[in-house]
Amino acid sequence: MGEVISGKKQKKVPRSSGGRVNRWTSTVSTRREARAFWVFISPWLIGFVCLTLGPMMYSLYASFTNWNGIRAPEFIGAANFIKMFTGDDKFVTSLINTAIYTVVSVPINLSVALVLAVLLNCPFRGKTLFRALLYLPSVCAGVAIFIVWTNLFNPYQGFFNYILAVFGINGPDWLQSPQWAMPALIVMNVTFCGSTMLIFLAGLQNVPEMLYEAARVDGANLFHMFFRITLPMISPVIFYNLIMSMIGALQIFTQPMVMTEGGPIDATYVYGLHLYNNAFRYYDFGYACALSWVLFVIIMVLSLGVIRSSDSWVYSEGRQP
Amino acid sequence: MTVKRNLLKVIWYLILLTVSLLFCFPAVYMILTGFKTPQETVVFPPTLIPKVWTLNAYREGLSSGLFGGYLRNSIFVSGMIVAGTVVSSALVGFGFARLRSRFRNLLFVVVLATMMIPSSVTLIPVYSMYASIGWIDTYLPLIVPAFAGGGAFSIFLTKQFFEGIPNEIVESAKIDGAGWMTIFLRMFLPNSKPVLLVVTIFAFVNSWNDFFTPLIFLIDPKKFTVAIGLNTFRNSYGAAMDIAPLMAMATLSVLPILVLFLVAQKYFVQGITTTGIK
Repeated sequence: MGEVISGKKQKKVPRSSGGRVNRWTSTVSTRREARAFWVFISPWLIGFVCLTLGPMMYSLYASFTNWNGIRAPEFIGAANFIKMFTGDDKFVTSLINTAIYTVVSVPINLSVALVLAVLLNCPFRGKTLFRALLYLPSVCAGVAIFIVWTNLFNPYQGFFNYILAVFGINGPDWLQSPQWAMPALIVMNVTFCGSTMLIFLAGLQNVPEMLYEAARVDGANLFHMFFRITLPMISPVIFYNLIMSMIGALQIFTQPMVMTEGGPIDATYVYGLHLYNNAFRYYDFGYACALSWVLFVIIMVLSLGVIRSSDSWVYSEGRQP
Repeated sequence: MTVKRNLLKVIWYLILLTVSLLFCFPAVYMILTGFKTPQETVVFPPTLIPKVWTLNAYREGLSSGLFGGYLRNSIFVSGMIVAGTVVSSALVGFGFARLRSRFRNLLFVVVLATMMIPSSVTLIPVYSMYASIGWIDTYLPLIVPAFAGGGAFSIFLTKQFFEGIPNEIVESAKIDGAGWMTIFLRMFLPNSKPVLLVVTIFAFVNSWNDFFTPLIFLIDPKKFTVAIGLNTFRNSYGAAMDIAPLMAMATLSVLPILVLFLVAQKYFVQGITTTGIK
């Protein structure tokens, strides 16, 4: 493959570099460089072909088959997809739960992260300490912390309801109640917004101070400055965070797996759990592949939707916002 | 003006202090509860700071020897993943940053696009592939992918860094007749400690916290990593009212990350901000 590519380059390079460069050496080094490129990126390329592209294609094929992982996949047309929408209540439940989680959790997380970033961007002492304290939970977020939250949410011995009781509030049953389990997960997830916050903070630090000074001269107040300068200027960062949080939220798995196992009464039964159960509890690989492709298409459609819409709200330099 | 400024300052401190406390409370609660006596974990109203400090919960949690094994397994697996990620992302990042090829830009877009692909789409074929070559219940499915570029995030970081190294270095080495591998090993690698530290930290934290991959590929509880081991420990222990040993083991499982964060906070922040901003 490398030969073909460098062969084409061979004709182009000497022409553009003018007559003074020795045609022969320049061609050799260009060809060498192109070959070196493939050598250097080969770990990624091999991984991409063997662990991403190949398996993706296979799973697309497998989603049209009946496959239990032991016998060879047997082609059954669109039956898996038909089953999803007609014969699998849990699919619908998991899709709705995931949608609720994403629609509620993503905007809350982004807003909290942005507000915290704005606060951390104020010129007061101690902001490095606060930055560390607010970022730390997102680094530690793992099974251990989820287990701690499960205990804190315990309706009887848990700390949260004790604190609420101190204020005279009769706390809900949190993870043990169908109404409150999902809100509990969403509340917990807010505390993991640290890395999103840091990205916002970096974006805020890139806004030229000049713009605020000019606005101040024109008599703008803080709100005007935030909505007319800050938000448009950091819109590329908002865009990035929105896409990444959305993709993450749609794939949520570990939290409900560890904390609720999808319960109570399927209240936190999200798409990731449904996929896992079909693949590794029922060994219905074909159906699980179909589920994974539906998730992939949902992610693609939503991401493309956001990217499309970005023309109207994401500021890019050299273009009027 | 100063009155208004002072008022703002007070409000600022109050908000950030409250939110920081809320965010960090679970970790604080976990650490403190690990030092409590069994009696104290069940009292009502619950206490936060132990009245009597004891290491009994740690002794009890570690007594079976299983948890120590989980920690060792995790250290091994994360160590290998870090090694694989650092080596391969440095190579790949260098390729994308410094070597010209007509396919470079296109392929880099592909690298970034892989961030959008949910892992579940590739999971099942990859699982059956590993099963057919006998890799299930070994650490290979956890480790080997790290050697394949180490993920878009790490490649992005190294590429970004290598692009910032001045071109004169390369030109002078080329005149001396150095090959690309020599240029990479002699001139780029020795200068890239900061970015490799960032890659190391994120590879370590992500692999340490990874729950899904070991859950899928490991079967023998002796081979479990901390993330799934802790969950097993919790389930086998579930009915007990005394949560001190569970909290003690949870603390142990977070400790490496906590220490790393305290030592290398700067690099954590750097990693997050370079990827988010570009």
